[in-house]
Amino acid sequence: MNTLDVRSQLKDSVPVAGFGPHGSYGLQDSLRTGFTSIKNELIPSHSLELSEKNFQVNQDKMNMSTLRNIQGIHAPLKLKMELKAATQIQRLPFLPSSHLALDTLRGSDETIGFDDILNDPNQSEVMGEPHMMVEYKLVQRLRWRDTPFPISMQMLISCPQMFTLHTTCRE
Amino acid sequence: MFPCLNPSDVQDGGFSFNNCSRNAALESSFSESSSKPPKARKTGTTIAGIVFKDGVILGADTRATDDMVVADKNCVKIHCIAPKIYCCGAGVAADAQITKQILASNVELHTLNTGRPPLVAMVTRTLKQMLFRYRGQVNSSLIVGGVDVDGAHLYSVYPHGSYDKLPFVTLGSGAEAAVSVFEDRFKPNMELEEGKQLVRDAIAAGIFCDLGSGSNVDLCVITQAGASFLRGFDKPTTKGRREGSYMYKPGTTAVLTKTVTPFCLDVIDQSVHAMDTK
Repeated sequence: MNTLDVRSQLKDSVPVAGFGPHGSYGLQDSLRTGFTSIKNELIPSHSLELSEKNFQVNQDKMNMSTLRNIQGIHAPLKLKMELKAATQIQRLPFLPSSHLALDTLRGSDETIGFDDILNDPNQSEVMGEPHMMVEYKLVQRLRWRDTPFPISMQMLISCPQMFTLHTTCRE
Repeated sequence: MFPCLNPSDVQDGGFSFNNCSRNAALESSFSESSSKPPKARKTGTTIAGIVFKDGVILGADTRATDDMVVADKNCVKIHCIAPKIYCCGAGVAADAQITKQILASNVELHTLNTGRPPLVAMVTRTLKQMLFRYRGQVNSSLIVGGVDVDGAHLYSVYPHGSYDKLPFVTLGSGAEAAVSVFEDRFKPNMELEEGKQLVRDAIAAGIFCDLGSGSNVDLCVITQAGASFLRGFDKPTTKGRREGSYMYKPGTTAVLTKTVTPFCLDVIDQSVHAMDTK
């Protein structure tokens, strides 16, 4: 039984908020992202591309719903709260983080798969541009305020606590 | 300006699909220009296993092929996953090897976690879940055999993630040749020497009747006491040695007379033909 409709076979079926390959106003940002083609962005180029992109998300959904059915609503709620707390203990976005707490919670510190062997992000040959990466992260967190303008680094340096507090209260 | 990533395409590790559309375009252009793209090296194998009285015997040939050429005359296809669980791999050589390595690492971590020796069923389940996740793109079929607290077990796992638990299994391109020997002569609860001879005969059938299998027979015997890997158990394809010599002894025929006439040759005509080296 195939319950997938056509729209879930497209690449943007798991939307990531904030910037996409398009710039801040929904326009094409040729300077930063190069020439774009709608076909390349929407239609997956390999049969495994979508299932690998959504694999962790689907596993988590399945595990959470099983937990909810067996132990009640408190189990996934508590786990999700701990996972949320663990995702916040990370270094700045362009620096490599060890994700130790996150791995321990998920149980992925006891398994080895292709995500640990191939394309290790700690050994990547390119790094993200620091200003852009931090801006991306901040706009993601502050998206309730609906600000498309870049936020200066000074705001981050002067009051970092304010930004973290906002997140824990808000979400 | 140094090359840097976009914030939207930071990679998390694992497979990267950035080059897939480029590869698809390259393959279609290859088919237009009638030259073939390079193919992955396959093992073109015969692997087999049986359950006998005291445990499990696994067997494999040792040839690795690269399309139509033998790439490795003596490769190893049986690898250790746990002290008493071994695994033979067929299909694309790289996929089989990396799958076995990942499997061995995961089983070791699991053993350290639980503090107990692993079950063959656990190994098979880890393997089939991984292969199913990648929908058969990891093109390797494997035979997992071993002895654990529940006894001796033998599983065959296919590239898409299905598995069978049987008293005798064969996989690879020479599977039909090997399974014919098993179907004829297999009996439950065989003795060790009889079992070794049976597996050797099955692999030899694959070696002689299948083009993708060849060279030697490797065996691995696993019992409750431990595992022994018999590399090069039998070499059915070595060339025979000549028993006698075909040289005539000096002095067999007597030389009666000898006349020498020199030839004088002149060059009359010269022509050059270019060879077609394409």
